[in-house]
Amino acid sequence: MKHRLQFTAKKLVRMALLLLGVSLTAFLLMDASPLDPLQTNIGQAALGSMSPEQIARLEDYWGVNAPAAERYLGWLGDALRGDFGVSLLYRRPVPEVIGQRLSNSFWLLLTAWVLSGGLGLGLGLLAGAFRGRGPDKMIRGCCLVVSSTPAFWLALLLLMVFSVWLKVLPVGLSVPAGAAADSVTLAQRLRHALLPGLTLSVAGAAGIALHTREKVVDVLDSDYVLFARARGEGHILRRHVLRNVALPAITLQFASISEIIGGSVLVEKVFSYPGLGQAAVSAGLGGDMPLLMGITVATAFLVFGGNLAADLLYGIVDPRIRRGAAAG
Amino acid sequence: MNRRRSTLILLVLACALLLAVTLAGGLLADGAASADFTRKNLPPCFAFPFGTDWMGRDMLKRTLAGLSLSIRIGALTAALSGAVALALGAASAAFGGWVDALISWIIDLVMGIPHILLIILISIACGRGLWGVTAGVALSHWTSLARLVRGEVLQLCRTPYFRMAQRLGVSRKRLFCSHLLPHLLPQLLIGLMLQFPHAILHEASVTFLGFGLSSERPAIGNILEESMAYLAAGRWWLALLPGLSLVGVVMIFALAGERLRLLLAPASAQE
Repeated sequence: MKHRLQFTAKKLVRMALLLLGVSLTAFLLMDASPLDPLQTNIGQAALGSMSPEQIARLEDYWGVNAPAAERYLGWLGDALRGDFGVSLLYRRPVPEVIGQRLSNSFWLLLTAWVLSGGLGLGLGLLAGAFRGRGPDKMIRGCCLVVSSTPAFWLALLLLMVFSVWLKVLPVGLSVPAGAAADSVTLAQRLRHALLPGLTLSVAGAAGIALHTREKVVDVLDSDYVLFARARGEGHILRRHVLRNVALPAITLQFASISEIIGGSVLVEKVFSYPGLGQAAVSAGLGGDMPLLMGITVATAFLVFGGNLAADLLYGIVDPRIRRGAAAG
Repeated sequence: MNRRRSTLILLVLACALLLAVTLAGGLLADGAASADFTRKNLPPCFAFPFGTDWMGRDMLKRTLAGLSLSIRIGALTAALSGAVALALGAASAAFGGWVDALISWIIDLVMGIPHILLIILISIACGRGLWGVTAGVALSHWTSLARLVRGEVLQLCRTPYFRMAQRLGVSRKRLFCSHLLPHLLPQLLIGLMLQFPHAILHEASVTFLGFGLSSERPAIGNILEESMAYLAAGRWWLALLPGLSLVGVVMIFALAGERLRLLLAPASAQE
């Protein structure tokens, strides 16, 4: 037990250092940008008609003049106290913006994550079990097509078929346009999240299925499966394959968090879904440093959290690792 | 037909396609931008297989120009990220100690930020545009390949022939160039082939979001971004055909890379 705690503590320290690195990287990259936040957001014409005092006030607001090190340390000091600054575009505290956007995206991301993992694992097992035969060829072909398809184009395609052509699903947004916030029903929300969720799940499942298939094939080729077959054992898929595929499956499942978030940026843009991804795009285009920093750190936190969860799950799933950690 | 031959055919086909599209795109760059309002919004027909857009531009020419741009950027970024992966992976394995720890930490860091977000950040740092997206894709795709190179170098360093050369006092440069590189090259080439489709897809995605190539360039990302405004008007060809050709190109390269991997890996070459 003590070792488990030590292991977890070590991982947590590493995660904190990585988060620090992520924030510094994001800051340096945004700071290196030659794009002038004033020109991007206010425009050359408007700037030309302003007095020097006004421009100076705006420069202060967008933080143009302070030296980089001072700004980063200031940001870090505030962030450690839980103050992530105020979004320049939305004029509200960054955690509030992120929280609201994330609450829009959360169920979308979660369903896509669970569905893509389950679908990928199932299809991968099926393809591996039928290696070289019809179902395998079909699944592999479909996965290859889907993984060669940009997520946003898949989204466009679904939008064309279901919203424009068949007219059965709404074109975009997370709620009906013009409806008051409290009159929106759960069914309406679901209807709006259906297509984005479907796109993300399908796009995520392809990669997971292909990787799972490889693992299943490896296991089926192993000596212990050959031996089990020679002894005339039944249920090889359940007894041997599923257990040995569990570890890589956990890795894939938790590694896909990053993919799902990345994909949601694109898919949310196509569906005008007011989620975290869309906020990241507008923050990037508008030079909203505090918000983009906040979003980067928040997504990195989710990704590292996923890695940590996978590391801890290994120990629970695999007795060898559990004992290994206890002995070492 | 055995697999060796079909792989070869696929590779030749992929290279020919690469060349043809690149050349056609380069030659058609002028035609792709010319607007003609007498023929705007035509659905696909014999004269314009991909239709025309609201400015009467020939979508086939624009698509080819966009694909050519994508392939060129894809090749450039794959080469760049391959070089970064080789340098960092080899350095990590060769020096060990704190260098190894630092490089592993950087790899974890880069992998911790979702690709799209990282490319957006790097692209902003370079002021968007062609160089922004090139740097972004190149600097975010090297991590898995670097890990592969690191593992491979570690393994090679333990082989008897390498140790023998070391004991005989062969210089570090020579050790790397004549003993490590020949073994790494096939791995690296396959890694690049497999990375190429990802690079193209990410370039299109980032351009689609508005952080890549500027909107007057006929990139696939831009073409699809523009098509969004006309979807509700029922102009399906603006989005369907350019996207489909992108998927086709990406798929051919993904397939060729995958086949090459199976062929060059000794364990599966005879399957």
